[in-house]
Order: sequence, then C-alpha cells, then structure tokens
Amino acid sequence: MPEPLHVLDPLASRSGTTLAVDVAGLRKVFRRKAPRGAPGPRRRLVAALDGVSFTMARGETVAILGQNGSGKSTLVRLLSTLLLPDGGSAYVFGHDVNRSPRAVRRLVNRVSVEASFFKKMSAVENLSYAARFYGMPPAATRGEIPRILGRVGFPANRRSEPMENLSRGMQQKVALARALLTAPVLLLLDEPTTGLDPRSKLEVQEFIKEIRREHDATILLCTHDLAEAEALADRVGIIDRGRLLRLEPADPLKAHYRAHTLEQAFFAATGRTFADDTEDELETELGAGVDSDPDDERGLFA
Amino acid sequence: MMTGMRAELIGVAGVVERNLYLTRRYIWWELAFFVWTVANTLTIVFIAKGIEASGGTIDVNRVTSSLLIGAVIWAYLGIIFEFLTETVAWERWEGTIEYTFMAPLRRAAHLTGMAAWAVLYGLVRAVLLFAVVALFFDLSMPRADYLTAIVVLLVASVSFAGIGMMTAVLPLISPEKGAQLGFVAQGLLLVVSGVYYPVDVLPTWMQWIAAASPATYALTGIRDAILDGVGLSSLAPELLVLLLIGAVSAPIGMLMFAAGERYAKRHGKLKRSG
Repeated sequence: MPEPLHVLDPLASRSGTTLAVDVAGLRKVFRRKAPRGAPGPRRRLVAALDGVSFTMARGETVAILGQNGSGKSTLVRLLSTLLLPDGGSAYVFGHDVNRSPRAVRRLVNRVSVEASFFKKMSAVENLSYAARFYGMPPAATRGEIPRILGRVGFPANRRSEPMENLSRGMQQKVALARALLTAPVLLLLDEPTTGLDPRSKLEVQEFIKEIRREHDATILLCTHDLAEAEALADRVGIIDRGRLLRLEPADPLKAHYRAHTLEQAFFAATGRTFADDTEDELETELGAGVDSDPDDERGLFA
Repeated sequence: MMTGMRAELIGVAGVVERNLYLTRRYIWWELAFFVWTVANTLTIVFIAKGIEASGGTIDVNRVTSSLLIGAVIWAYLGIIFEFLTETVAWERWEGTIEYTFMAPLRRAAHLTGMAAWAVLYGLVRAVLLFAVVALFFDLSMPRADYLTAIVVLLVASVSFAGIGMMTAVLPLISPEKGAQLGFVAQGLLLVVSGVYYPVDVLPTWMQWIAAASPATYALTGIRDAILDGVGLSSLAPELLVLLLIGAVSAPIGMLMFAAGERYAKRHGKLKRSG
C-alpha cells in the first residue's frame, strides 16, 4: 500500500507541492568506547544528531557547514537510508526514510568524500553494475555511461582503466557520474571536493553549478569549504555537535552574527575557529578505538 | 508490476555482471586459487592409493572416486559460502556497500544475484576440478550419470545458498569477526556431512546434525549417481529432502540478512573502517 505523502510546510501544502526534504527533530545516537582507564562506563552514548529540523524546497541547494564529527555525514546517511534514526522524522519528497526506504532510494543518490569503487574494475564497469541496481538495462547504459563520463570531463581513453590507476580527482568525477546516472531528484554531496587538488576541486564545483542550472535536482551539500558553500548554495547551515544552529542565505547568516565572512559567522556560532584542533571532537573526548563510527569524516576543516 | 519485476531481474543480472568483471580482473588470482585447489584435492584423493600401498584392502577405484566427489563438493560448498559471506565483507572493505545498500534493489533480489553467481561460478569450478583431478588417476566410472549428479547439486544449491545467506549476515553484525565466524559455520556443517567418510561413523549427536545438513543428501545423491548410475527417479527421497531444506533455509536466510541489515543501520556498521 503506498504511503500517504507527508507535508509539513503550510506554504508547500497551499501550493500543492511537496517539500524535497522535511526533517523534524531528527536524532541519532551512537554507542562509543571510552578510552582505556577513563572513569565511568566503558561505553557512552553520544548524540551524533540532536534534534535537527529543517526543510528544503524542490530545486534548492543547501550547504551544511560543520567540523569533523559535527553530524554532517550522519545526516546524509540518514537521508540516504543507510542509518535508522533514533528519534524525529525525515521525509524525502513526502516519503518517510524510515518507513518507505525503497521509495526514497529511487529519488536519492549520494557522492561522499571517499569515492568508493571496486578498485580493480574500470569506470565503465563500476557505473554499469551500479546502474543495474537502479533497473537500468545494458541497452540504456551503453550510450548513457560514455555520455555522462564525457559531461563530467572524464577522458574517453581512460574509461577502461582500473579505478586504482586514477587520481582522486578522476575518481571523484566518476563518483559524480555514478550519482547522476540514476537521475536523482535529491543529490546528497558529502564533502565532494575534500582532498582534491585545486584544479579538480574547481572542475567538480563547476559541474555542481551545471547540475543546478540544467537539472531539476535538489542538492544538499555538506562541506568544510566556506567559499564552496557560499558559491554553490541558496542557504547555508551551521551544524555543531549534532545541532543545526542556523540555516539561512549566506548574507543574512553573516548579518545575524554581525560577521563579514562565513568564517567569522561560524566562529560566532560555535565559539571555535577553523584553526582549532581539527580532530573529531567526539573522538578526542572519548579516545581512539571507538566503535564503528559513522561520522568519522576525513579531511581537515580548512 | 512487470516493470518492478523487470527492474529486480536487471538488478540480479547486475550482481552477476559485477562478479564477472571482478573474476576477469583477478584472473591470475583465480588461476592460482584453482591450482591450489587442485593440489589440495590431489592430496586427499591419493589417500586411497596410499592405503593400498601400505597393505590395506580396499576397492581403490571406488574409494578414489568417492574421495574425489567429496573433495569437489567440499570445494563447491566452500565457494558458495565464501562468495555469499565475503561479498559483504569485501564490499565493506571497498566502501561500496553503502552504495549497494542505498540502491532501490530489493535485498531478496540482491541476495539472489549473489547466490546465482556463486552457483554459476562454483559449478564451472567444480566441473573443471573434477575433470583435472580425474586425469591424474586411471578412474573407471562406467555407470556415471553426470546429468543426475548436476541436477542434485543444483537442487542442493538452494539450501547451500540459504545457509550461506545466514552466514553472510555475520560480517554485517560484526565487521571484524563476521567473515571468520562464517568459515567456522561452514567447517562445522561439512564435518558432519560425510564428505570423506560415511555419516554413520560419526558419534550419534553428530549424526543428528548430519540429518539436517543438505550436504549429507547432496553427497549421497551425487555419489549414487556417479558411482552407481542411480537415476533421478530413484533419488526422489534425497531430492525431496533437499527441496524441503531449501524451502525453509532460503527464506530464513533472507529474513536473517534483513534483520542483520537493520542492526547494521541502527548501529552504524555499514561504513567502511580502516
């Protein structure tokens, strides 16, 4: 039985449209090991997301800024049905991520900081099998894969090379191609340019702009990069210790904190600068050897 | 409905396609693994000649053939279990598991694809292994009904895949130890199933477990077909038991995997670590 669409936004209800993303009081808690010799219980509960609420309109691009361990990746994983929430709700185009994960999966794709592929397989092979999981037959991908690889600027003569021979920038382009191949209406970009050289970073950012211009895609961009957030997003959010502190267009956000730059605004909001220890705060607090950590983001906050 | 079913079938084919690519890319590993398996099988099958050489009185041809069948089925079972268990472990290592699990493909279709590839690959390897090792011996199997043997193996494969899915859940629950626990389960199953010896030499409690193991019936049926030329109709009791175990184990395997997936998503265990 199809699940009834969930519409919270009164404006969206009146206009007869459904919100692209509708998150209310979302919570996710993880159990982590305490460091050896630390007082108290061996495992502690740590809130990776603590009552996060926001909405996104169709076609909107929202950037979420936050340090390592702030909850960005947990949010992306919850929206892509890779984690189950411990509280609150999250809807993607009216479909509950918890109750109707398959409906959500048809609408969503994701690019993460690690361009995860079968490293021995080529770009074309990785994209081919990934497309099958979305019901795309060989007849559909035979022409589409070269076309989409061409669009992301992937050289045609390297399509058959194993992924392990490609640079990080090249791999990230293939990751973008994989996400776009399934024509997602919600694109989740989790630090897509972290660790890339300046040229690759610029190319990926240009491509994201192109997606914005030419496709009916809604984009949630989680990033460390303040300039990237400001350049690509309609609204910018600041997340810290699992709490979304503020979400609005960059200029009002800066004005709210009486800041000239997003960096100053971030400092005013969180009480920390970018030069602060970039180690995952939760890991620093609880020590190494933590349990499987879904928010163990890589790269530096810079 | 048809569109949905078609999409699922394309997904099943996608799993097979991916493993075909991987096999091609790792072809030298495949060859090395095959040579190792041939050597391993030979050390077992030569035991019959060794017994004769040390003064034992046995039907060397029959014992050699019986050991060969046992070793080939052991290798086949190992492949089924390994593929099903290691696909999760391997996908986590490559980091692709999150992309696989966020695709709209039904888990049943995903697991069916994994099982289909394991059976296809395992069958090719089993036939090749049997043929290559048989070349080392002057074996006489005049009454062998190979077609019946393959039918028995395919019917048994449903049960093997069902049990394989149960073990495949282990790396989801315990990323570090899950795959190893899968090997333990595989070993326990095979030790009671009469791979190299009749089940009735086992202690009574082990014979009870053997009665529930699909490998017991598969080995009996395949040996009867190859050594004595027993046809399909005469193997109906074994086939019926295998179908029954398959009808129970496959859905249970899928349910257990679904429960494991929920656990992994609840506790954040899908993400690659290390």
